[in-house]
Amino acid sequence: MHISVEKHKENLLVQFKGELDHHSSEIVRQKIDQQYLDQNIRNIILDLRGLTFMDSSGIGLIMGRYKNCIEKKGKMFIVNDNPQVEKILKMSGLLKIINVYPTIESAIENI
Amino acid sequence: MEKNYMRLEFLSKSTNESFARVVVAAFASQLDPTLEELSDIKTAVSEAVTNAIIHGYEYQEGIIVVEARIIDDEIEIVVEDKGVGIEDVQKAMEPFYTSKPDLERSGMGFTVMETFMDSLEVESKKGEGTRVKMRKKFKSLSSKE
Repeated sequence: MHISVEKHKENLLVQFKGELDHHSSEIVRQKIDQQYLDQNIRNIILDLRGLTFMDSSGIGLIMGRYKNCIEKKGKMFIVNDNPQVEKILKMSGLLKIINVYPTIESAIENI
Repeated sequence: MEKNYMRLEFLSKSTNESFARVVVAAFASQLDPTLEELSDIKTAVSEAVTNAIIHGYEYQEGIIVVEARIIDDEIEIVVEDKGVGIEDVQKAMEPFYTSKPDLERSGMGFTVMETFMDSLEVESKKGEGTRVKMRKKFKSLSSKE
């Protein structure tokens, strides 16, 4: 699992590459939370397009970051085009509370 | 009737989650599944093995056994641990229920297994362990002549 976490103004852009499961979610959680401590950051954009696998540990990870976002009065956006990832996102009910965009640009336009 | 069988034993380490799901997916690929069917199987195995590591063995060292059986166009997968067992299986299977909320678990593990596979049976005994049995029929093969 490779993850890149970048700050863009008040947004935290997180890009995933590889497989997100219980094993990899721990380090991902630490990396995101560490950067999200920055007071100027409010919104989180999760780009899941590079994921080749995700199970319910990924759902737990997204739910946890979403809660942090709400506490900071920020918004969360998901960028995804992978049908397998979409299937599990849909099942979890997350798509009812978080909008999904096909590209990072379209997500940023909607902030 | 075509039959095939495999058995895998490994330590309850989280690095083995991907190992287990990849092995079962490779075994299942002889049924010529679609990408979606293969992904469903990988996800269900990953959930069952993760449960065994976190809940069954509570991060202690133990042995997880994964067995898979192919009968015609169906695969049966069993994931077994000799861990602490589940006190109330029905409660554990409720969507969003988790016995470890502090770990940011989604509580979706059994729901994912149920949704992605055709059937799910969970047998557990407190202090003895848990056995999860799942089945899935491959539509890609049934539709072929």
